[in-house]
Amino acid sequence: MTWAGSIFDTAGPPAERIARLAWFLIIVSAVTYLLVLVATGMAMRRARARRARGELADARPETGKRLTRNVAIAAIATTLLLLVFVTATALTNKAIAWPLNAQQPLTIEVTGNQWWWQFRYRDSVPSNWLTTSNELHIPVGRPVRVILLSNDVIHSFWIPELHGKQDVIPGHRNTTWIQADRPGAWKARCAEFCGLQHAKMAFDVVAESPAQFDRWYESQLASAQPPTDSSAKHGHDVFMQRTCIMCHAISGTEAGSSVGPELTHIASRPSIAAGTLPNTRENLGRWILNPQLIKPGVRMPPNALPPAEMNALLDYLETLK
Amino acid sequence: MSAQPLPAERAVETDPNSIASVHARLEPVWRNGPGLWGWLTSVNHKSIALRSILTAFAFFAIAGVEAALMRVQLARPENSFMGPDRYNQLFTTHGSAMMFLFAVPVVQSVALYFVPIMIGTRNVAFPRLNAFGYWTYLIGGLLLFAGLFTNTGPDQGWFSYVPLAGPGFSPGKRVDIWAQMITFTEIAAIVAAIEVIVTVFKQRAPGMSLNRVPLFVWAMVVMSFMVLVAMPYVATASAMLAMDRLIATQFFNYAEGGDALLWQHLFWFFAHPEVYIIFIPALGMVSAIVATFSRRPVFGYTALVLALVAIGFLSFGLWVHHMFATPLTQTGQSFFTAASAMIAIPTGVTIFCWIATIWSGRPRFDTPMLYVVGFIALFVIGGLSGLFLASVPVDLQLTDTFFLPGHIHYVLLGGMVFPLFGALHYWFPKVTGRMMSERLGKVSFWLLFVGVNVTFFPQLLLGMAGMPRRVYTYLADTGWGGLNLTSSIGAGLLAIGLLVLVFNIARSLAAGPPAGADPWGGETLEWAISSPAPDYNFAYIPIVHGRSALWADTGELDAVTGLREDRREVLQTTMLDAEPDSRHEHPDPTIVPLLAALAVGVGLISGIFDPMGFAVGGVLTLIALAAWGWPQKTKPNTHEIVEVPK
Amino acid sequence: MSVVSVTRLWGRAAAVAALTLGLACKREERRFNASYPSPPAYAAVTLDTLQPGVPSPEITVNSPSEGNAYDIAQGKQLFAQWNCSGCHSHGGGGMGPPLMDNEWIYGSSPENIVATIVEGRPNGMPSFRNRIANNQLWQLAAYVRSMSGLQAKAPSPGRNDEMQYKVDEQRTPIRTPRASSSRNVPAKSERP
Repeated sequence: MTWAGSIFDTAGPPAERIARLAWFLIIVSAVTYLLVLVATGMAMRRARARRARGELADARPETGKRLTRNVAIAAIATTLLLLVFVTATALTNKAIAWPLNAQQPLTIEVTGNQWWWQFRYRDSVPSNWLTTSNELHIPVGRPVRVILLSNDVIHSFWIPELHGKQDVIPGHRNTTWIQADRPGAWKARCAEFCGLQHAKMAFDVVAESPAQFDRWYESQLASAQPPTDSSAKHGHDVFMQRTCIMCHAISGTEAGSSVGPELTHIASRPSIAAGTLPNTRENLGRWILNPQLIKPGVRMPPNALPPAEMNALLDYLETLK
Repeated sequence: MSAQPLPAERAVETDPNSIASVHARLEPVWRNGPGLWGWLTSVNHKSIALRSILTAFAFFAIAGVEAALMRVQLARPENSFMGPDRYNQLFTTHGSAMMFLFAVPVVQSVALYFVPIMIGTRNVAFPRLNAFGYWTYLIGGLLLFAGLFTNTGPDQGWFSYVPLAGPGFSPGKRVDIWAQMITFTEIAAIVAAIEVIVTVFKQRAPGMSLNRVPLFVWAMVVMSFMVLVAMPYVATASAMLAMDRLIATQFFNYAEGGDALLWQHLFWFFAHPEVYIIFIPALGMVSAIVATFSRRPVFGYTALVLALVAIGFLSFGLWVHHMFATPLTQTGQSFFTAASAMIAIPTGVTIFCWIATIWSGRPRFDTPMLYVVGFIALFVIGGLSGLFLASVPVDLQLTDTFFLPGHIHYVLLGGMVFPLFGALHYWFPKVTGRMMSERLGKVSFWLLFVGVNVTFFPQLLLGMAGMPRRVYTYLADTGWGGLNLTSSIGAGLLAIGLLVLVFNIARSLAAGPPAGADPWGGETLEWAISSPAPDYNFAYIPIVHGRSALWADTGELDAVTGLREDRREVLQTTMLDAEPDSRHEHPDPTIVPLLAALAVGVGLISGIFDPMGFAVGGVLTLIALAAWGWPQKTKPNTHEIVEVPK
Repeated sequence: MSVVSVTRLWGRAAAVAALTLGLACKREERRFNASYPSPPAYAAVTLDTLQPGVPSPEITVNSPSEGNAYDIAQGKQLFAQWNCSGCHSHGGGGMGPPLMDNEWIYGSSPENIVATIVEGRPNGMPSFRNRIANNQLWQLAAYVRSMSGLQAKAPSPGRNDEMQYKVDEQRTPIRTPRASSSRNVPAKSERP
């Protein structure tokens, strides 16, 4: 079954194994539930018949013996079923552990913030470390080791198509791993209540072929190109002289703050506002003008820019491919 | 005799040995004082338990309205009915109120109402402590809702994970109010647990040895021991949280050597048993109903008692399955998976025993029994969905999704509220003296039964579809709209079902047919006395000859004589065999418990705003305790020796 | 205790409750979308009350963030994230003056502090004109004031979720702040 976005829409080995175990549990539960209902129904039917015949409650010793036997059988069956359950769980749990023989794993540091995600791709060459926000690209077929860190409160890192969730806990270094077996684009959402905008703290996951991934990586490593047309130049100045610069970074410019998501390649991202708003010019304008209308409580303040400045700023941001 | 006998009993006043004149002598000694003052000073276990039950249902109603509002908000994607600030306050107070202000207090109050009657005594062991417990509970509940209505409702979730609930990320007094509310209700819960344990162990009617104690009472004893072990953890944790927030301690600040996970361990070590603290009394209620309506004692008494005790013990070994997504070793995960699975065995045994009871009985399916069948049908879904959460890999996918609210509501509505409503229909005649309408009862049952499934089954599916929980809205492109709308419609059904139930209660109170002492043909001692029960429960303390006190073939109950009738005297018996041990005089009505609770309230509430408040409250509490322990004036001896033939 | 006194007691309780409600409203509000006043225009806020002739009318901007727990907490996060501690060192002072004492070179009122942030001050305080949104300015000012006890205790944060700097509880208690407008001139109320 491919129920888009569900835990059964699997795209990686751990999620695959978990979905299989979940199906097993669904079937076992359904059968058990039916058995209990049937037993209850039969008991009620039998009892109703006795009542209709005007018989008294049956507390004869031989009935008691038979009942004891049946209850014991049911209890033993329950126990055996639970043994199977525990074994299946333990085996699955072992199967979804980090493969120690992983070839050329990729390591990504994930940092949770109220309410956005930062990803830092580690590389043996420090100058090749890449930082992105709210957008995670991974190459298909390559295991990815994920290190989970938090800047403020507890969040939870969860891509249902790839693996179960792991909490992102300040002061702890939690880890998990993911691997995509097929290309795809998915939404991942924070899964631990983290305050006002927990509901809208998502990020985009893109799994692509290794070649595409390398191209993407190269393009993201590059600094932002200085704007050429006059409106974008004006927009650049707006960015550097207004509230934007206090929180956002654009590599290759004076903007270097890490309070909010970095924007060096904002125009290449599918969405803004932590994966919850399609990245269109209109949305971006609305978002900058008053993010509080879209995500009440988000840390970005309203920015009442005059229309001319806003247009220039949008022109500039659109050059940040 | 110190006061006038009731008019109706004037005629028989001449015969001091007649049962009517015994009643006439006991009535003025045991009744509450008149008017508001009498209401404030009452130490009668039934008065206090009843008002506690009503208070709990009032909180249940408010928290239910909150749930309805949340379902309105989630009915469609990107709904603008309310914003995140309001929504977070609602879901936090909903969860906190349902767990701390409704579920635990209501089952404990049912225990405090019926345990003394079922074991054949006149009052709970420490009547003033009992009153004190109620007042602290009331203050705690009012505090939480006063907070909500002044926009100071806690908004960090009922689980209050730090650092979100800490001083850095939860500004204002919202979380402090939550933490103090916890302290209030924990005091009340621990007090009630002590009441139940001591009452059951020291005040059982002669002959009711431990192996003859009704299953309902056993369930309440197991629950009370669990409360004694679990509640101090959360009281400690909430105090640590309040201290972190108010006086800058560092328990949960990782930068100074504290730990965010420490909170989770403390909290879940309490909060997992909490579910069973709520559920085990429900097992007791189900046992009482099943026995009465099947017309036979519950099958497998010993197995059931052992299962209750086993559930009680095992429930303390599962807490880590709430934390599978935190750093843990595989061995640890497997251990807690196995422990979680193990608790299904005793739980299964209880259900099998009831099915066997129905099988071999001659049941009538009146409303209480319908609720029992509904309980089995719903709770088993809750239990089986629990397997998904006990299994580490599946839990990693489903934890903190909407699967969780679905699961917990199947467990709590199916496993606790349905038995409670069954118990409500079952004991309503005993408490009020009037019968409830069977027809309305069945209508509300079916509305509730369908409502629970329509509301919460879609939530199980939503969890699998990947919808995180505790979200104030969701985007349209997620495709979750349909299931959410279904769930909201189900919530509407639940609301209608509850309104029918309330209407039924109101109508039956006003015009229900009189019930008589024993409308159902019950098994246990509460059906031996008139409905509603007199203030002193029993004119003579009965002597019990078997497990089924009223179904033994001995005709009239034997009774104990020799207790004073001009004072509040109860009979104490030995712990195991319930042999008469000593007579014990109980205190008269007094205002001191209320004053003590107010003193505690002053300390805990003003402490939220200034740590010095704790000191002031502490001194006031000491003064109240001094008044509490002040030696009583010796009463003049007006006892008339009355010879009563056995 | 008679019924009358009970009624009176309830009356008093209601009065206290109403008062708490009023305070709670101010303290607990989360105004995500409210419009905050612009910072006072350049040089509109005077630093000294000594002036020739008739004193010009004092400018007072009613800071919405005063006494609001949420705004103070937001200001606290901004204070940390924008590295105010780089100079002011968690309020203890380093390159910049300390913020947790009651010495205010450029005034302690919210509008003074906002003006200081917007205009910048000689010897190191940068000007953040146009760089900080209106609501954030007032939030920062509210937090800065909380460090020296100029905010009520209830809305002020209890502690940080980070390494702690220790404040000596036995230190000289904070006196009533002097008039916001001057360093050396006594407040109006203290003038003869």
